[in-house]
Formats: sequence, C-alpha cells, structure tokens
Amino acid sequence: MSKNMTHQVHWQRTRNLTFITLGIWFVFAFLIHWFGAELNQTSFLGFPLGFYMAAQGSPLIFVLLLVWSTRRQEKIDDECGVSE
Amino acid sequence: MSGRFIDNLPKVYGLYTGGFLVFIGLMAILEQMGVSAATLGILFVSFTILIYAAIGWLSRTMQVDEYYVAGREVPALYNGMATAADWMSGASFVAMAGGVYFGGYGYLAFIVGWTGGYVLVNSLLAPYLRKFGCYTVPDFIGTRYGGNTARLLAVIVLVVASFTYVTAQINATGTIASRALQIPFELGVWFGLLGILLCSMLGGMRAVTWTQVAQYIVLIIAYLVPVIWMSNAQGFGAIPQLSYGAAVDRITELEALHGVGTLMPEASQGGLRALTTAHAEAPDSALASWKFVTLVLVLMAGTASLPHILMRYFTTPSVRAARRSVVWSLFFIFLLYFTAPALATFTKLQIMDPALATGIIGKPVADVMAIDWIQQWSNVGFLKIVDTSGDGLLQINEFFMRGDIVVLATPEIAGLPYVISGLVAAGGMAAAMSTADGLLLAIANALSHDLYYKIIDPDADTRTRLVVARVLLVMIGAGGAFIASLQLSNILGAVAWAFSFACSGLFFPLVLGVWWKRANRQGAIAGMALGFAAGTYYLYLVRFAGMEPWLGLDHLRFGIVGMAVSLVAMVVVSLLTPEPDAETQAMVDDIRIPSGDSILAETH
Repeated sequence: MSKNMTHQVHWQRTRNLTFITLGIWFVFAFLIHWFGAELNQTSFLGFPLGFYMAAQGSPLIFVLLLVWSTRRQEKIDDECGVSE
Repeated sequence: MSGRFIDNLPKVYGLYTGGFLVFIGLMAILEQMGVSAATLGILFVSFTILIYAAIGWLSRTMQVDEYYVAGREVPALYNGMATAADWMSGASFVAMAGGVYFGGYGYLAFIVGWTGGYVLVNSLLAPYLRKFGCYTVPDFIGTRYGGNTARLLAVIVLVVASFTYVTAQINATGTIASRALQIPFELGVWFGLLGILLCSMLGGMRAVTWTQVAQYIVLIIAYLVPVIWMSNAQGFGAIPQLSYGAAVDRITELEALHGVGTLMPEASQGGLRALTTAHAEAPDSALASWKFVTLVLVLMAGTASLPHILMRYFTTPSVRAARRSVVWSLFFIFLLYFTAPALATFTKLQIMDPALATGIIGKPVADVMAIDWIQQWSNVGFLKIVDTSGDGLLQINEFFMRGDIVVLATPEIAGLPYVISGLVAAGGMAAAMSTADGLLLAIANALSHDLYYKIIDPDADTRTRLVVARVLLVMIGAGGAFIASLQLSNILGAVAWAFSFACSGLFFPLVLGVWWKRANRQGAIAGMALGFAAGTYYLYLVRFAGMEPWLGLDHLRFGIVGMAVSLVAMVVVSLLTPEPDAETQAMVDDIRIPSGDSILAETH
C-alpha cells in the first residue's frame, strides 16, 4: 500500500471512531437529560435516576468513553503505522 | 536527587504532597496548642503562595519554546493535573456546590457541560492542534487560514472571552486573600495579583505548568477532605459520592414539609438567597428541557474553544501524550465535580432535617441565632435571618445565605476543627490563582506572539519578544485587578459569558479547520466576525436592552445564537469563494497523521 493510501485508510478509521464517540457523547450529553423527568420516576442506587445521571452518571460515562476511544485511536495509529 | 527536574517528577511531587500533609498536621498541632483560627488561615494561605512563588522562580526561562509551551516535555499525567487546576476556577471550587444547593437539578447542567466538553476537546481538537505545533490558538487560525485578518480576529475573540473570565478569578483571589489575611478587599485583589504574577512572569508556560500541578494537589485535598470527614461523621460512609441517594430522597420529603417552592421570600436580601427550588425535580416541559440542553451545549462548545485550556495540550511531548492528557484532565476534574452535588446535598440535609442536631429550619429563631457558625457568617454578611412571619420559628423563606457558604462553612457546620477551614481557604486560593494564571498567560501570549511578533514586528529578536510578553502580562493583570477592585456586581454572570463568547467566535473556525478541508480564509473570517458579533449583539439585546429572550435563550446561552450564525456564515462564504490552495490542503492532511514533524517549526 502506498503512503497516501495508508493515510487515507487511517483517516477513514479515525473519522469513524470519532463519529461513534460523538454519537455516544450526544446520547449522554443531551438525549437522556431531555427526558430527566421520566428518568426520575426510576430509582438507581437510591437516587432518582435523572438526578443521578446529571450529577454523576454522564460525567462518569464521559471519562470511560475517553479512555475507550483513546485506546482505540492508539490501536488505529499503530496498525496504520503512523504512530510517533 | 540526580538528573533533570523532568525525570524526577514523581519524586518531586510525591515529596511535595507529603510535605503538604505534614504541614496540615503541624497546623492541627498548633491549633491544639491554642493558636487562633485567624493565624491558621494566614499561615495556610501565605505558606502555599510562597511555595508556588518558589516554583515560579525556579522555572524562570529566557527560551521562547520554554516560555510559550514549557519546552513541550510535560508528561500526560502531569499535564492532566495542570489542566484540571487551569480549568477549575474559584467558581468551581467555591460556588459550584452552592449552585447545586440553590439551583437543584437545573444547575447540574454545569456539571454535565463542564465535563462533557472534554470529549469534544479530545475527539475534535487537542491531538490535531498538538501536531500542528503552534504556540497559541490564534497561531493555528493564522497559519491554517493564512493572513493577518484571521489571526487578528482570533486574538480579539480570545482577549474578550478570557478577560471577562480573568476579572472574576482575580476577584475570587481578592475575596479569599482578604478574608484569610484579614486585609481590605481592594488590597486583597492586588495581593492576589502579585501571587499570580510571581507564578507566571519569569517562566511563562513552564512556570505556570509546574505551579498548576502543585495547585491541583492542594485544591483536590482541600475539597475532598472536609466532605469525606463530614460524611463519615454523619454516618454516610467513607465514599459519600456513592451513598447520598438516601439523602436526596429525604430532602424531597422535607421540601414538602418545609414548603420549599411554595413559601417565597417577601423581600429580596441583596445578594443573599432563600431556598425556593426543589433539589431533584427534573425539567418537566419541552422548554425546560431545551433550556437544560442548550446550557450544556454552550458550556461544552465553550470548553473546546477556550484558549487557556487548548494551549495546555501544546505542551505535551507527542500527539499521543496530548490525547492521553485530555483523558487525565477529565478524570482529575471529575473527582471534584462528582463530589460537589454530594456536598450540596449533605449540607442541605443538615440544615433542613429537624431530626438532626444541626437542623435549623423549623427551630426557634432565638436558638438558631445563638449558633456559632450562624453568628460568624452573618457578621461578614454571608447569611441573614429575618423572621418575616413573626412567629418566632425559622421558616425556609426566612433563611438567606450566599451560595459560597456551602463550601466555606462546611467545616464549621459539621463542627470540624479550624485547621480544615484554613485548608479550604488555601484550596480556594489555589483554584482561583491557577485559573487566573492560565488566562493571563493566554491573553499575554496571544498579544505578544500573534499581535506583536507575527503582525507588528516579525523581525523582533528572542529577547525583545520575551520582554514584550512579560510587560503585557503585568499590564493585563493590573487591568484585571483594577476592574475586579471596582467590585462591579454580578461577576458570576461573567464566568458563564466567557464560554458563550469563546464558542460564538472560535468553535467552528477551529473545528472546521481540522475537519473540513474546504474551509478557507474568507469563510473563517466570516465565521469569526459574524458569529462573535451576532452573539455579542444578542447578549446586549437580552441583557441590557430588555428584549424577551428568543426560545428561552437568555444571557447565559447567547453562544447558541453566535454559534449558529458562525456555522452558517463560515459554510456559505467558504462555498462561495475558491477552495484553499493545494499547499493548505496538504497541510490539513498532515495534521491528521500523528507521525512526522509538526507543521510549524519547533521554535518559530
């Protein structure tokens, strides 16, 4: 594969990973909080679920999401031979 | 210890943390020996500032890349700590728990927004800007799009956004210094500025980095220790963050009992507020949900556009380290942010629950007025009790306080020793100073590197550039301190405005610069100028000209209007004008690949 081709493949995979990451981000940043009142009907660890998600759940998921996506990205970089 | 400082980081900061804990122990012993609370406060604040100043002095430099990007050798973990301190301001430390106390569920938008923004930083910007190799954010805009107009516009947006933010931080350092050192507020502001400049002037980014790491350690210990101690004392266990669900439920019961949301205060009490919002009640209409998510969006996009945060990721040794350090940043920020609602909940329960010894609502006013912490904080005007109903009992709408009390008075409400109050003051000071440092440096660097060196005098030698950078730093700091000393009201509004200013002007030009090769100079100029102008004009209309907010987009959310205009203007103008030249397009391809040399030379 030429250098240009590997770069193209690398960018395509990077882009797909970014879209997936932002998709998950969108769900926990906006979508679930839109339905906060409905979620609050359910209880989780003793918390009303809507309150829990805004106070802890979403931030925690953001941390885990970044750990996951950074690992994935490093693997993509390695496999395409473009890591530093 | 042998070798360079950078090779000994775990040892240096391990010793530092140990030393700080020993210092706390020493203060506790002094307290037992009868040293007064006021003296302890002075010792805590002055000792920590002295340490930061020493780090600043040891990190002095006359090299351009050391001054602007700390020599690009800050490991991911430490850069994460520095970013967390850079990020968490006096407002986060002192006001966030109070915000949740008064605002309940609605205020949690700040917690979601100020953490989720880092997903955008990590996915869309930080690694690519690191590969670019710029010194400042306008440096990227100026090189990617070409031309001085784009660079200048980026500088303008940066200065407006960061300056609104920095005055609030200097104000916070002034408040804490004046209380801890018992000096007048105006003097406290200048004293705070002196501390800030000692950390940044001699060593630029290098000095700010290593003091911010030290400040993070102080602020996180100072935030967590009282909360965990209090939770333990009240029987909620050692990890309060996981176990306060029952407290939330109990508060919901008590709210009905005390009439929270139905009993309204009869007269306003200046900056003091009575509790009128239910703790866990979610937005229950489309408009309320819309207001929640738009605030989240503005805060997230603002996070990803604020130059003092983005420039922290220019200091790592590699693209990979930049990515990893974003993850560390978010983790270190998360530690404080997931504690704040727990603290707010505990404090509220302690005040509201008549079954607890600390409960005051529903008790006789005369008894409450006799409590130590009530007296102490009403003396300094942070708290007020007015028996409007005249029945001799304290109702929820008769108890007024400032949100800051939730953090500042926790140790006293829970009956912890004074040494903890001193620790909290040192933590608040560290939080406000570290953010002020980062912001001042972002402004001064943009003016010295982008305006002076790149636009006005490209032939300036290294020495002149660094002298100009430092003179600007002092001047801007003095300007900020002067404005802070005027004590203009509503400074907290200004913190949220910084996010809207930044995302109105910079979010799309930055993101599309990496992600859309077709974006060109004309488009970026239109995006920055029109987005920023539209956002600012909208702020003026809703805040000062009395316009009814459009779709609930009030002055905290004006970035939504600015960003929408910016996106449309940038895309339309880019498509109507010729595409960028081949060289620029190749440059964008190059940014996207981690390996290889950075776009801009190591020193430029």
